[in-house]
Amino acid sequence: MGVSYELKPTTLTREEGSEERWVLNFGPQHPATHTTLRLLMEVEGERIVSCTPDIGFLHSGFEKLGEHLDYNQYVVVTDRMNYVSPIANNVAFHGAVEKLFGLEVTPRCKAIRTICAELARIQDHLVCIACTGLDLGGLTAFLYGFNARETIYDLFEQLCGARFTTSYTRVGGLAQDAPAGWFERVVKYVREEVPPAIKDVETLLLRNRIFLERVKGIGVVSHDDAISWSLTGPMARGSGVRRDVRKDEPYLCYADNWDGEGAPAVEFKVPVARGGDILSRFLVRIEEVHQACRIIEQVVEMMPAGPINVLPEERATLPNKREIYFSIEGLIHHFERIMTNRGFEPPVGEAYFANETPNGELGFHLVSDGGRCAYRVRCRPPSFINYQVFPHLIVGHQISDVPAVLNSVNIIAAELDR
Amino acid sequence: MELNQQQQKTEVVSTGGGEFAATRLDYLVDGIRKYGINWARRHSLWPMPFATACCGIELMATGASRYDVARFGAEAMRFTPRQCDLLICAGRVVMKMMPVLQRIYLQMTEPKWVISMGACASSGGVFDTYAVVQGIDQFLPVDVYVPGCPPRPETLLEGIMAVQRIVAADGVKTSQERGRGLGIVIQPARQGVELGPGLGGKS
Amino acid sequence: MTIDVIGALQAEFGELEFEARSLMRYADGRDSGQLWVRVPAERLLDVMKFLRHDGRCKFEQLSDLGGIDYLNFPDADDRFAVTYNLLSHTYNHRLWVKVFVNDPEPAIPSVTGIWRGAEWLEREVYDMFGIRFTGHPDLRRILLPQNFVDHPLRKDYPLRGKGEREDFERVTREMA
Repeated sequence: MGVSYELKPTTLTREEGSEERWVLNFGPQHPATHTTLRLLMEVEGERIVSCTPDIGFLHSGFEKLGEHLDYNQYVVVTDRMNYVSPIANNVAFHGAVEKLFGLEVTPRCKAIRTICAELARIQDHLVCIACTGLDLGGLTAFLYGFNARETIYDLFEQLCGARFTTSYTRVGGLAQDAPAGWFERVVKYVREEVPPAIKDVETLLLRNRIFLERVKGIGVVSHDDAISWSLTGPMARGSGVRRDVRKDEPYLCYADNWDGEGAPAVEFKVPVARGGDILSRFLVRIEEVHQACRIIEQVVEMMPAGPINVLPEERATLPNKREIYFSIEGLIHHFERIMTNRGFEPPVGEAYFANETPNGELGFHLVSDGGRCAYRVRCRPPSFINYQVFPHLIVGHQISDVPAVLNSVNIIAAELDR
Repeated sequence: MELNQQQQKTEVVSTGGGEFAATRLDYLVDGIRKYGINWARRHSLWPMPFATACCGIELMATGASRYDVARFGAEAMRFTPRQCDLLICAGRVVMKMMPVLQRIYLQMTEPKWVISMGACASSGGVFDTYAVVQGIDQFLPVDVYVPGCPPRPETLLEGIMAVQRIVAADGVKTSQERGRGLGIVIQPARQGVELGPGLGGKS
Repeated sequence: MTIDVIGALQAEFGELEFEARSLMRYADGRDSGQLWVRVPAERLLDVMKFLRHDGRCKFEQLSDLGGIDYLNFPDADDRFAVTYNLLSHTYNHRLWVKVFVNDPEPAIPSVTGIWRGAEWLEREVYDMFGIRFTGHPDLRRILLPQNFVDHPLRKDYPLRGKGEREDFERVTREMA
């Protein structure tokens, strides 16, 4: 039996007299498709006439798993969604869970989560910026970008033990507090390593005439199309759509009075470009990295002391060990959370919470029936929704433009297919 | 009855994959294989990166500047199976992708080795769901399993070194001679422990 | 504000008797502030066009479209629901619209004519739940292989599947 790849040829029609028209299969194993994507392109000479994407080569049943893993176990799975910035997915998922439960996390937790989300933004944009060079044939920019990311991996390893699949957030708080000296290292990284890395990549690419010719005016999305196709993130902001969830529906440290004592929201600008082509999105991403560095410095300056988890009375987190061993309430709270026949007791209902992840608006729509596992976990995947517009972007361009446009859409296959 | 002079000089030698009678000529050829051809092979393994998911990012990090895989001669990640000899299956393989993986494996030219990188490729990993194949070794012969989720780049490099040891000990065999099981045990087994099929020498 | 939207809907579609319900009400009586309305499937296109174009609503963007199977949910009347998450850029508010359908042959009109971004989202709901969207330009499976028969996110489909993940040919070393 196995698997059938037959696709109904809805867009593959043959006109009379076009002898040069043929079908090119791109992927699913191909270096320019970032992991598993397949495109069936009907090509006339070098020019693409129509394009049908075939996805699902990494569909692993994430949403079905959400119904069998409880609210803390599922964070492991969210790591593996957008795997170039995994901690952003953790923050988004647990933000949604806390909205479902009606919990308000502590100020220190909010601050650390904001720093992690912005580091994830730097991580993701470095990949996309570096791979813009890679897909057009310039390997050096890729190496410079990836080298800057290695320090972020080190920072996350110091924070939570894993380079990459961090699983750092928990319901009501974080897995553990930041180690001593971590914030200083983050600020040092953001001040000393990120700007030179970005400058190196810019110098290599933006003054290169070949690069500019290959990205200007290619893959254009108009402003109205961007809204109609539900695009978010740099895809939309590169076309002039002024929307950023951090400014429009603020959360964590982007909201005023985030620590309950009048702390101001972090100050940053949201870059918006008008061209709608690959170059605009590239420039938006570069500027977002600079703004992310600014946000991290501000948050570290405002970093409050205090606990990172909510009080055990809120029935979401484990109390600390001292209370468990030396007080009966601590012991009871611990058992209430740990025993498998107990666990979480959320209210019945639904909640939706969206974060501005580097790729766009990542939202989780959670449905709870009162049990310890969610009844339904729906992830609003920015890559999936951004990729819908791709066949319409690429028509009329040449085959060699495909990797460039594909990279600027920044499709992460695991988020695309879930 | 007189013994053949030729037979008096032979001994029976057993290597990892089989037993054959050795003459001086055989030793010479074996020496050329081990110290010439296999040496060249193992220090220029060209990987075929079949990167599907998160392990693909760690594979890229292994190829990047800090955990340089170029030291092993393996930085030429040719994405065409015809030019590669080491298939690194990095990431979960779902049922839609499995026939693609098999086809890529069959398109590779001999001799070829397979590394199953990460927990998802080795056993399904975190994803015990309807879509993920629970271990590519059910459908593909695997030489080395690299554990981790994702494995650190150093772990992957250790996996590549394990493949290098396999290449060194293997000799140049055709596919008929290989059969199931390589007779390679990376970690010595405890006495009296029953190993699974394919592990711990010829069964 | 979303409350004005509900008022506008009630004025325009009096016969549908819209009422604003909150997605979540917490144990201490607080409201999550996220409102949803229930729309019957046959009037969906009219309501959605109104929400898209009316001056008080102006929901230019369809943020998300997801399905829910209420088979095991306590006190559920209908089997399936499709939730539309609408976002207005002009007024910066959101509204959730739910359409409930039942087996056999659940079908809902497609909103791809109003928001183009619904195309793949509706294909995904079809793939996962089996809900057909009438008027969709290209309704076929998107994430699973074309010859897959079941709809996995339904509650009666087991997590580990029914053996589809083991149904492949074994490639051995002799098959070089």
